[in-house]
Amino acid sequence: MAAPDRTKAARQFIEAIPFSQALSMKLDEIGEGQATISMPYDAELVGDPASGVIHGGAVSALMDTCGGAAVMSHPDMPVATATIDLRIDYMRAAKPGQSIRAEAACYHVTRSVAFVRATAFDEDADNPVATATGAFTFQRSSNGGTS
Amino acid sequence: MKAPEPVQVIKTRRDALLSQLTSAVPYIGFLGIEFDRRGDELTAVLPFKPTLVGNPALQALHGGATASFLEVAAVIELTWATLWADLETGKIDPETNVTPRIPKTIDFTVDYLRSGLPRDAYARARINRSGRRYASVHVEAWQDNRTRLFAQATGHFLMPTIQDT
Repeated sequence: MAAPDRTKAARQFIEAIPFSQALSMKLDEIGEGQATISMPYDAELVGDPASGVIHGGAVSALMDTCGGAAVMSHPDMPVATATIDLRIDYMRAAKPGQSIRAEAACYHVTRSVAFVRATAFDEDADNPVATATGAFTFQRSSNGGTS
Repeated sequence: MKAPEPVQVIKTRRDALLSQLTSAVPYIGFLGIEFDRRGDELTAVLPFKPTLVGNPALQALHGGATASFLEVAAVIELTWATLWADLETGKIDPETNVTPRIPKTIDFTVDYLRSGLPRDAYARARINRSGRRYASVHVEAWQDNRTRLFAQATGHFLMPTIQDT
């Protein structure tokens, strides 16, 4: 667990990102290269009018934000990050009306790249809605050493 | 021989079908995506707006906004290609309102080539393979220069079957 003030700062930072705010994302947990972010169901995010299922792009946005947050919380403390690539596999349609929660872990970092895995769930925590793998830039502060 | 239909009648029919398709998907309206049509070719347009920003200091587009834009462009291209064929053969009539059958995304990989500037973005999708059940689509997105892509993506989609409806 990160110190409460660091978590609070991270929450304010993430929830202030305009696009994350537009999708009403809320940071649930963050620390040590891991993050959990939730996004409520909203009829405006529907991608398939016949079923009412949220558009894959909104799930991608949640995964991307959560992946970036996991990278920023890495103990090596990067100063910035950007997505290099992100692949999403959709296991099943998210249930209309249920919020989506993404969990991301930054499982390896090099001097300049962070590797991330993420999983998204609706209220059924045993059956993922989607999984993702991504590579992010890992910008270290210029005076910080390279461990 | 029957006289060809007036061009405006054809254009109106095609545009009506396209707008019926895009206005049926709430997320397209949420992002503000528009479609420019030239014959059967579509260009998706994402007009810049402050809510699409992911990095307030740089005013750069959010990676998720870019990914969403590319996925919308791919899905609409696929749906449009199917509808176009049916429209041209007279199987469908845009006057009768039907909910479009949208393909389901199996996987989608986005390649971020440079940061998205606070400008309008454009995307075109190309269907590389479209079978009865699966389709593979590639999408390219750019801003000021057509040759300087800021993102590209490849996705696989499950096509709706007659039984699904």
